[in-house]
Amino acid sequence: MTLILGLRRPQSKHHQSTRHQSKHHQSTPHLNSARAAAGQSLTRRASLSIGALACALSFSAATAQEPIRLGFMDPLSGTFASVGTSGLNVLEFAADYFYNSKGGILGGRMIEIVPLDNKQSPTETQLQFRRAVSEELRIIFQGNSSAVANTLNQTIAKHNRRNAGQEVLQINYAAVDPILTNEECSFWHFRFDAHAVMKLDVLTDFIAMNDELSSVYIIGQDYSFGQVVADNTIRLLGEKRPDIEIVGNEFHPIGQVKDFTPYVTKIASSGADAVVTGNFGADMVSLARSIIDSGLDVPIYTFYAAYDGITATLGADGKDRIRLIHTDRANPLASDERRDFYRAFKAKHPDSDITQSRLANALMMVVQAMEQSQSTDPYDIAVQLEDMRFTSIAGDELWMRGEDHQLFQPLYISKQTDEGIEFDADNSGFGLLTEYEVGTSETITEHSCRMRRPRR
Amino acid sequence: MFEVFVFATLNGLVTGLLLFMLASGLTLIFSMMGVLNFAHASFYMLGAYFAYTLSAYLGFWGGLLFAPLIVGCIGAAVERYGLRRVHQSGHVAELVFTFGLAFLIEEAVQFFWGRDTKNYQSPELFDFALFTLFGQEFSAYRGFMIAIACLIFGALYFVLTRSRVGIIIQASISHPQTVANLGHNVPLIFMCVFGVGTALAGVAGVIAGPVLTTFPGMATVLGSIVFVVVVIGGLGSLPGALIASLLVGLLQSYAIAADVGMPELLHLLGLSFDSSHPLNDLWTLNLPQIAPVLPYLLLVLVLIFKPTGLMGNREQ
Repeated sequence: MTLILGLRRPQSKHHQSTRHQSKHHQSTPHLNSARAAAGQSLTRRASLSIGALACALSFSAATAQEPIRLGFMDPLSGTFASVGTSGLNVLEFAADYFYNSKGGILGGRMIEIVPLDNKQSPTETQLQFRRAVSEELRIIFQGNSSAVANTLNQTIAKHNRRNAGQEVLQINYAAVDPILTNEECSFWHFRFDAHAVMKLDVLTDFIAMNDELSSVYIIGQDYSFGQVVADNTIRLLGEKRPDIEIVGNEFHPIGQVKDFTPYVTKIASSGADAVVTGNFGADMVSLARSIIDSGLDVPIYTFYAAYDGITATLGADGKDRIRLIHTDRANPLASDERRDFYRAFKAKHPDSDITQSRLANALMMVVQAMEQSQSTDPYDIAVQLEDMRFTSIAGDELWMRGEDHQLFQPLYISKQTDEGIEFDADNSGFGLLTEYEVGTSETITEHSCRMRRPRR
Repeated sequence: MFEVFVFATLNGLVTGLLLFMLASGLTLIFSMMGVLNFAHASFYMLGAYFAYTLSAYLGFWGGLLFAPLIVGCIGAAVERYGLRRVHQSGHVAELVFTFGLAFLIEEAVQFFWGRDTKNYQSPELFDFALFTLFGQEFSAYRGFMIAIACLIFGALYFVLTRSRVGIIIQASISHPQTVANLGHNVPLIFMCVFGVGTALAGVAGVIAGPVLTTFPGMATVLGSIVFVVVVIGGLGSLPGALIASLLVGLLQSYAIAADVGMPELLHLLGLSFDSSHPLNDLWTLNLPQIAPVLPYLLLVLVLIFKPTGLMGNREQ
């Protein structure tokens, strides 16, 4: 938009001021409301003194039981806002459900989740990280976009080197670029999702089992994760089913494509029997919509094609066609504990779903590490998390490998259907039914991480 | 290869005509008020969301009828109670106003409808393939999109050039004082034009919502490209907007379909680079990858060689 504005000569000079003014506008309401509030309280002297007293009382109570504040950094506005917001819902609810409603942790301290909106941009991530540091948030949950996770990983590593005693811990619950627990691994980063190659290993196993397939089209967003998906699908399918031909390998800019039909035209003319994509958010739903609208009847193997309105939008058209590789079993659920958690969440958020139950796993493991070390210091938590074994509420056995900080958990491949669905997605009647599952021990892969551990 | 070309043309046509529905309103408003309406794509989004809500009660056709009306009324109100007051402070203030409005609408949409993708579907009436070519279906709904866009262009062109209303509108663009002296209510005309312009964006939203998915980012995705179209076509020119829309739509569509790039070009020149070359990313670049940037490249070229745009005659 800057570019376009610059064209009109009379206005081009003013563009900078435009920006400033609009920012200014945003801040004025706060000032006004603050003034208004001040005015009000002045007129009510009596209530003021009572208020001050109450304030002082609660303040002294707060210092004794200061809440444990955890940052949640993900896009909460913009194109990918729905993904970030649903994650925030799950994390906030999990904190209340498991801990705050039961008297808190570490002897009665509550958990407070602080949302940090990074708009899924690496630049904004740096700004939000500064904010987190200034607000003394020492643990940051972050998941969406591997590009952002890489930025945060490097920023945190640098920050922690320079600010001993002020370290920050990155709890990565969804960014799946393998380098985060390989070449770029860090003592301050823990991944609670399976990385892309682990998932692709299972997904290509599943694809290889389908004897009817003879060609596959790969399409993805043009950034680190999309490229990892493409490269590894080609490599793994080449090993497992050399007879399957890769008839297309396409990248498109992330969050920029208005209409996927031109891409679908290419997919159709390539004669592909199946599509593999790592797309998420609006890019995923638009792609699937276009494939369905073009009457192309091929299975779509995906990572993120469910919830946040995607399942409802694809509905019956996506039935038996959309398949997902994921870490969170949706249907059938294995334990009543997990069912209760789901029902309680639905009671509070009827229009939302537990989209990423691994957020609950991550939170529970972090809390266990805090309880074991009786500390909220990132170093102590990190030491406890290493090689932690944990049974999730779904009954899954989890293991956090100490060497590279990668969590191992069962992986599932599910399909979108309306049959045998106990917990649907988007209240659409459609949901995910698990077709194939791989146990924790079978997902363990090698790593190339040489971790530099801080000395204490 | 031929089938890809045919479908690329059709896809480009659909995208281009959709862009035109937005660009026509924007260029109309610009030629009247001399201000770029940054919130234009937001009215497009409002159209989709209103239609989504209305379609639950009145069906798709009710949405198509009433959603643009609501959007148009909101647009007219914005002009009457917002822009007109801000106008006294000059163009910059107007620009800032529409800029802020765009953010406001996006936040309002997220507040009222939530951040999830909305399940807004095309009517069942169009759930068939208009024709099947080389084993690929061209959905009837896309045909409907093309028809609506052509209808809008025809109607707009007729009204603006052949009807009395059009004469008054054109006159109040170039000689507002004279038109006012002749007894016409020029501010009312401005308000109506703004209302109609935003209603057109609303129509685009209503019919694009089911195909391009209805989500809070839909305005951002389309916002900047509409400005590119209007500038390439020439600010204020309706035929220019049509040509530029089709040009941008087809350009992107062909670029995606064409599987050529630097490797092929280098091969032709008899050059090759190994993958460890520092500029490896550049040598492996292909056309589909840069397709979304091409309109911006075109914009730069147009501005260098014909700063008024293809059909624009506005003096800077």
